[in-house]
Amino acid sequence: MIEVRNVSKTFGTQQVLRGVSLDIERGEAVVIIGRSGGGKSILLKHLIGLLQPDSGTVRVDGEDITAMDERNLLRVRRKYGMLFQMAALFDSLTVEENVGFVLRRQGLESEAEIRRRVAEALEMVELPGIGHKMPSELSGGMRKRVGLARAIVYRPEIVLYDEPTTGLDPIAADNIDRLIRRVWETLHVTSIAVTHDMKSARTISNRILMLHEGRIYSEGPTAEILESADPVIHRFVNGISTPQKPN
Amino acid sequence: MPVLLIHRRFQAFTTQLGEIFQLLVESVRSLRYERPSWKDFLNQLHFVGVKSQSVVITTGAATGMVLCAQTFLQFHKVKMDTATGAVVSIGMSSELGPVLAALMLTGRVGAAMTAELGTMKVTEQIDALRALAAHPVDTLVVPRFLALLASAPLLTAESVVVGIVSSWLVGVHLLGIDSAYYLVNMTRYTDPPDVMTGLIKSVVFGAIIAVVSCYKGLNCQGGAEGVGRATTEAVVAASISILITNFFLTLFLARVFYP
Ligand SMILES: Nc1ncnc2c1ncn2[C@@H]1O[C@H](COP(=O)(O)OP(=O)(O)OP(=O)(O)O)[C@@H](O)[C@H]1O
Ligand SMILES: [Mg+2]
Repeated sequence: MIEVRNVSKTFGTQQVLRGVSLDIERGEAVVIIGRSGGGKSILLKHLIGLLQPDSGTVRVDGEDITAMDERNLLRVRRKYGMLFQMAALFDSLTVEENVGFVLRRQGLESEAEIRRRVAEALEMVELPGIGHKMPSELSGGMRKRVGLARAIVYRPEIVLYDEPTTGLDPIAADNIDRLIRRVWETLHVTSIAVTHDMKSARTISNRILMLHEGRIYSEGPTAEILESADPVIHRFVNGISTPQKPN
Repeated sequence: MPVLLIHRRFQAFTTQLGEIFQLLVESVRSLRYERPSWKDFLNQLHFVGVKSQSVVITTGAATGMVLCAQTFLQFHKVKMDTATGAVVSIGMSSELGPVLAALMLTGRVGAAMTAELGTMKVTEQIDALRALAAHPVDTLVVPRFLALLASAPLLTAESVVVGIVSSWLVGVHLLGIDSAYYLVNMTRYTDPPDVMTGLIKSVVFGAIIAVVSCYKGLNCQGGAEGVGRATTEAVVAASISILITNFFLTLFLARVFYP
């Protein structure tokens, strides 16, 4: 469904992506892991055409989105939902208007139906009854969850989650993990998440890709990567900052 | 080295000019793809049109009054007191009215637009909009663009009328010009093309303010400081563009109206 080939991206003098290639099939649940500042958010933005690579191609359902203008990209992006790392809620709109943004723009449903679906989505992220609030009145974790509701309320085919559980308390995080899994299982979406939380990765993915030094260093089924003996992966997964010397 | 620097500056300048023009084309083209939202348009109309009135009225009144006083003081020396009204009315409707109203709008409205869009840019809200399959030009630029196109001529007309009325008050009641002569000379020398010139200019200036401010906002980079810098740049660029465009429009419209 998504094919990335040799994507490179440089900001100023810093080469963030150095030839990333990956494939994601329809209906998969993938987690991307990697060091902070390693380019995961940048990679996600390439998958949805928010950034264009310096070289390489990104194909979505066979269409090369790196050669598209913004108007055509909009058509492709209708397949996507995206949760931004900082939630990126529209701060001039209420929570309810944020979540209902796409539904209202599509204009396919009655106002009452839209309200119902928005309320339902807010309930799913455990924030019922906050529709009238402004984003500036919410905590960081609440914003994240509103961002999540906004990304899934219109039932996209592919959902990108940039660190869905960072900044949430353990119980809320577990709930969000379950929600992401439920969305994946019941709505048959293709789910692509970036996370630093290994417990979360276990719940929400069936495959893990590790981004390291601007390339896909390793990939494999979730359990395999989490148990991997490869020193780079092992250190990352278990959070070890210096290589341990054998006694 | 200096040559290279000048070359680079010039290149950056022309690139920006091209991109601003592209934004203008895209805004016009956007009307084909999507009907602008009434709600956004009315909100902008309220902000741009209704709320700018006090600024524009004050500017018009102040300009009309000083223009009248200064013209009178000079004309009085050659006993042409009663021509004062004509100078004020032509000057206000074709030059000072549109230019000063546009400059005030740049400061009040253009700056706010750049700051708003710039903040949205640096907080990833523009990216979020794009990710939700909404074109920033359709949803953000077009309502602002249309609101300015609609408001600028009305505000300019308002400013001109207020300017002329206040000049009449100053001329007749303060400086003692005969009211009848003041008005007769004013209407005799002020032709419809003078008024049209001012209104056409104001539409062009409105478009400049909208496109330049939105461009600077959408291309803003780097946090609060970036937003501040973009806002300054937008105000400077729009003001200078207005002044330069005004000169050429004066020449051009004179050709059109008085061939
Ligand atoms: N707009 C930009 N301009 C310049 N450099 C950028 C820009 N955006 C990101 N970078 C650089 O790209 C690198 C990767 O950023 P990215 O946000 O993808 O990291 P990340 O893997 O998501 O990290 P984290 O886990 O902390 O979110 C960073 O080193 C950052 O400095
Ligand atoms: Mg990130």
